[in-house]
Amino acid sequence: MSAMPFEDFETAYETLATAIDTAGTERETLFLTRLALVLGHELGDITAFRKAIKTALEGLEYDVHS
Amino acid sequence: MRPAGKGPLESLYFDYPRFAARRVPELDGATARHPVLIVGAGPIGMTAALVLARYGIRSVLIDRKDTLNDGSRAICIARPSMHILERIGAVAPFVEKALGWRFGRSYYRGEQIFRLEMPQPPGEKYLPMYNLQQQYIEKFLHDAVAASDLIDMRWQSELSGLERHVDGVSARISSPEGDYFLDALYLLAADGARSPIRSMLGLRLKGDNYEGRYVIADIRMDHDFPTERRAFFEPSGNPGGTVLIHKQPDDIWRVDYQLREGESEEEALKEENIRARVSAILVDIGHVKPWELEWWSVYSANTLCLDDYRHDRVFFIGDAAHIVPIFGVRGLNNGLADAENIGWKLALVLHGEADDRLLDSYSPERRGATLDVFANATKSTRFMTPPTRGWRLAREAALSLSLKHEFPRGLANPRQMQPYTYSDSVLTPYAIRDAAFAGGPACGSVAPNAGLTDGSHLLDYAGHGLTAILFCEARPTAEQATSLEHLGRIDKRFAAIVVGTQTSVSGAKIVVDHDGEIARLFAASPGTLYLLRPDLHIAGRWKTAIPSEILKTAEICLGGETP
Repeated sequence: MSAMPFEDFETAYETLATAIDTAGTERETLFLTRLALVLGHELGDITAFRKAIKTALEGLEYDVHS
Repeated sequence: MRPAGKGPLESLYFDYPRFAARRVPELDGATARHPVLIVGAGPIGMTAALVLARYGIRSVLIDRKDTLNDGSRAICIARPSMHILERIGAVAPFVEKALGWRFGRSYYRGEQIFRLEMPQPPGEKYLPMYNLQQQYIEKFLHDAVAASDLIDMRWQSELSGLERHVDGVSARISSPEGDYFLDALYLLAADGARSPIRSMLGLRLKGDNYEGRYVIADIRMDHDFPTERRAFFEPSGNPGGTVLIHKQPDDIWRVDYQLREGESEEEALKEENIRARVSAILVDIGHVKPWELEWWSVYSANTLCLDDYRHDRVFFIGDAAHIVPIFGVRGLNNGLADAENIGWKLALVLHGEADDRLLDSYSPERRGATLDVFANATKSTRFMTPPTRGWRLAREAALSLSLKHEFPRGLANPRQMQPYTYSDSVLTPYAIRDAAFAGGPACGSVAPNAGLTDGSHLLDYAGHGLTAILFCEARPTAEQATSLEHLGRIDKRFAAIVVGTQTSVSGAKIVVDHDGEIARLFAASPGTLYLLRPDLHIAGRWKTAIPSEILKTAEICLGGETP
């Protein structure tokens, strides 16, 4: 899987931030879960999806211990 | 439970028969040893007795109660079970009374998100599913039991002690007429989820319990909707809990609703609360006319089974061996398959037509089926009753996306009961031959059916023993005819079905496949042979018949040693 050009990735980052705000505090968890399912489906690759889940989970530990 | 003022058997639609205890020969000194004792006259025990009777084997069937089940529990009969009922000669009243169906709908917050459509291949004789109250299931089976000279049905007779010997069992039976001992060569334990025999043998079910609890309520109402399975996720009539609705005969409807987390079971089961919840659910589906409450109970999902379904001469069948979640309707249906599986094997062993090694295959085959059920049922149960916040959130995300998108909708599929494929069984020794086929039913699976021009069906011609389906150009070659002859010598119950164009071959049922439809269904070409077991599972299939392997498979199905 090829990574996004940095410029596009930055746009993705900004779009996500805006969308989380649009969803609102009460619905942000549901929104993010839906987003993950949609992305997982569009990715069409269970190995890549598992890897993405792992990467995102590992990041949480860093947050706790820092 | 039933409404206040009603007795436990006071039903809106069903007249419970009362069965008297009989004075049996053992009370007057008879000591004859019986071939088979079956404990528990529920649907599974009665079916086992009828399977044995089909082979001419006598059985004594005991039950501690004096009537049929006090409420309707299992209500869905799957197509393979209809074939079992047909083979034991009991299917006619089921076809007449039960409501057949093949569709379902799932809703999320009131909007339909999934359309269940169970396949109905054109050659099949029965629909994928039939709804019928358990009392009727038991009544129809009991009518067949009562009509059989080979089944000694003893009501109000409780197993109160059990001794196991090398060559049989000795049971102590208590009845209002007195207590007695009864000896039998084999014991079938069909004594239900709380099986006393299991306890007597010091055995325990192992597995998992799930948190979610469902109330199941039967009501009578005049409600216009086809026989379909309806599932409601997040309905306004039962916030925080899933609802299932099934139609049954006699204007009876099954309403299952999930209790909310932390909700008191005792409170939930009070009549006024049942009435309030059901009313709210009915308003949700547009039913505002009066309705009557028939019966209710509570249920939580379990996946529990014994490590081994056989203990010497004791065989556990049905709920006594395994408890499965209701989602996917596998409890009754798998129990019936247990009864048929042990029934034909035990009958052939008792007749001396098969070596008792054949009985060793019962537990691996049926426990394998249970574990397969667990794998599917665990998925449906997690969807129907999400166990943690993670599962709840993922389900909400998937369901809410389903409103506008196709891709998550399959998650709401109830994964209805499918018959198990015995591809790993010792009785399926040449499953490797599947590789030569481009399709068709695999080794170990249940044979598909095909409609014939005269209105009959292919499987109508299967026998009580092994059945070969041979595909040929016009008529069997000399070599093929010899193979069929050999099979007839190995198994005296052997039946041959020849699919070809000639209209006569001695000793075989000839099926003319005018448009090649049957050959397509079985992915067969001239020279292909399918060997079916008495339960119509495929013991082996050969794209081009290999006589030595076919004969070996037949021998193994009759208890012969595996290669």
